[in-house]
Amino acid sequence: MSALATQLGVTGPTSVLVLLAGALLLAAAGCVVARAVVGPTILDRVVALDALVVVLVAGFGLHAAVTRSTATLPILVVLALVGFVGSVSVARFAAKDTQ
Amino acid sequence: MSPAEGPLGTVLDVLSAVCLGAGVLLAVVAALGVLRLPDVLTRLHAAAKPQALGVVLVAIGVALAVRTPAAFGVVTLVVVFQLVTAPVAAHMVGRAAYRTGKVRPDLLLLDELGDLAPGEAPEGGMPEAGAASADQDADRPAEPGDARPRT
Repeated sequence: MSALATQLGVTGPTSVLVLLAGALLLAAAGCVVARAVVGPTILDRVVALDALVVVLVAGFGLHAAVTRSTATLPILVVLALVGFVGSVSVARFAAKDTQ
Repeated sequence: MSPAEGPLGTVLDVLSAVCLGAGVLLAVVAALGVLRLPDVLTRLHAAAKPQALGVVLVAIGVALAVRTPAAFGVVTLVVVFQLVTAPVAAHMVGRAAYRTGKVRPDLLLLDELGDLAPGEAPEGGMPEAGAASADQDADRPAEPGDARPRT
């Protein structure tokens, strides 16, 4: 597994930990996307995509911590704001939809 | 600051790894809950936890690993935005789920809004507090405030 880590450019004593965290995040994103596809209501999809935003924030944070770069940190701000606006607008739409 | 700072840097790196690992595990648990739980409200319950705690943990981990003032500033912004907006978004999604009848009544232990909408509770919708509720209350014969369940 550490050979895979060096092949991916992740080096250092914690490379296996980083790969493990990445694999867990990938599994989490798979679960969340499955729920967003299955539904059954639009509010389920909104909840699932909010959870996907959390997974993305964790992934970008992991990348920033591993590479010690601040280049991806503005993406975290954008994700936080866009997730809020998206879920609130869809919730308003769903409230008006069936009434 | 450079990453290699001797023993203090190592301690900060280990703390950062612990915080990031906890945040990642919270995200995984939330994803499992979103996939496996039966209802909109229960899925919302599972997904709303890491929106506050998980993001805070990841932000602390990033700040401890990067250790620059710019990273501290951006990470503080992310935490403040998330702590302000995540409960509001979760509340609006839950309210929309209740009003549009997407809540399974057999899973509810206590429906404190049920007596506000007699008959078919979730489909009837919840009356707005304020001016809109005045005529709806006039339609209903007598249901004063003492009909609400006390805890």
